[in-house]
Amino acid sequence: MLTRAISPRAVLALLRRADPWLQVATLALFGFGLVDALLLSPPDYQQGESVRIMYVHVPAAYLASQVYLLLAAASALYLVWRNPLADMAAEAAAPLGAAFTALALVTGSLWGRPTWGAWWVWDARLTSVLVLFFLYLGYIALRQAVETPDKARRLAAWLAVIGAIDLPVIRFSVEWWNTLHQPASLLRPGGPSIDPSMLRPLLVMMAAYQAFFLLVWARQLRARLAPRLRHEAAARKEAA
Amino acid sequence: MMRAALAIIRRDLAVFARAGGGLVLAPGFFALVATLFPLALNPEPGILRLLAPAVVWVAGVLAVLMSLERIFGEDIEDGSLDGLALSALPLELAVLAKALAHLLAFGLPLVALAPLVALAYRLDGAATLGLVVALLAGLPALTLIGMLGAALTAGLRRAGALVALIVVPLELPVLIFGVWSAAAAGPEAAAGLAYLGLFSLAALLVVPWVAAAVLRLVLE
Repeated sequence: MLTRAISPRAVLALLRRADPWLQVATLALFGFGLVDALLLSPPDYQQGESVRIMYVHVPAAYLASQVYLLLAAASALYLVWRNPLADMAAEAAAPLGAAFTALALVTGSLWGRPTWGAWWVWDARLTSVLVLFFLYLGYIALRQAVETPDKARRLAAWLAVIGAIDLPVIRFSVEWWNTLHQPASLLRPGGPSIDPSMLRPLLVMMAAYQAFFLLVWARQLRARLAPRLRHEAAARKEAA
Repeated sequence: MMRAALAIIRRDLAVFARAGGGLVLAPGFFALVATLFPLALNPEPGILRLLAPAVVWVAGVLAVLMSLERIFGEDIEDGSLDGLALSALPLELAVLAKALAHLLAFGLPLVALAPLVALAYRLDGAATLGLVVALLAGLPALTLIGMLGAALTAGLRRAGALVALIVVPLELPVLIFGVWSAAAAGPEAAAGLAYLGLFSLAALLVVPWVAAAVLRLVLE
């Protein structure tokens, strides 16, 4: 084992302690957020009731990119310091990120039908999110395909880092291509300004998604960390 | 140093020429894909002209994908990649030499075939030239990014679909700018070409180093 800045045992204890808080936060935020988003907040003056999809769509899209950042950062840390914690963090984050990305694509599509009149538009933002989904799938598939665990970890970490370097380039190219290929359409109904009555449920829902991600991610992390620590403790006992 | 790199290029070209399908593989595949589109669509000249750059670049990406498995696969099986990693020649340079061999064996035939495809798609002289120049500017980036995918999946059995899943998202920028600069005219085409050149240059600087690091890991 390499020297570590953080003790895995302390991390495990912290994750255990955080679990009930994250449970409460997730339930409370979703409880209030969903009621606020679906019942209390007003319908949009243009979109009517269909605006409510926004409250489940925007947080998913936000987490889709946030989790990839986390995945790439953890992977980079793993490549530099070989800290097993960083690899576990990345491995636990990948399927969750892929799920949020898929959710963002599906809810976006459902929202697109009533607002833009199409299930899918080759808009820069949509295309970038689709590519992000492929990057997640590639990461998960590569991890599963390599048989030597240690190699699988490091190869996948390289791929996550390469993807992070490439994402802004992809984003930029797709935007460039899009602005040149498509006339500007009304893709942002209502503009950037949003009424407080709608901003509140949106922010609460974003916090709810965030809490839910942290809850599941922390549990995934514990499921990887705890057996390993037990195993190491047993090995130390053997040696003694 | 130089001699060792040249030996790698010569050897790889010889291997490509002899093994499975040889040097006919990529251009043959390219020609087949280019043939399918007019048959699948309606062969109206206006539509074909619009379609030509897209078909050429999609076929180019697919042809590169097809040939990636042969870059490191056999070298790992017969141990010659271990030899490369242990030799005095830096592995980064070996990767670069292999990329160059791949470019000569699979990239150049595509460039040579492109005018034929352009003829079949009713492009005029200027558009044909634009297509060829865009290919020349973008193919190094396409090949090098492919090398990354090949390195990441080196030594895996049946990595075909996985390579595609990894490489295609990374190739998108090259494809977009390639199609754009082939289809555009004047200053816009020049801007597209400049970006393609930039991608190729960036890939040239970054990929050998990353691919060598990944290969060392695979060989452990």
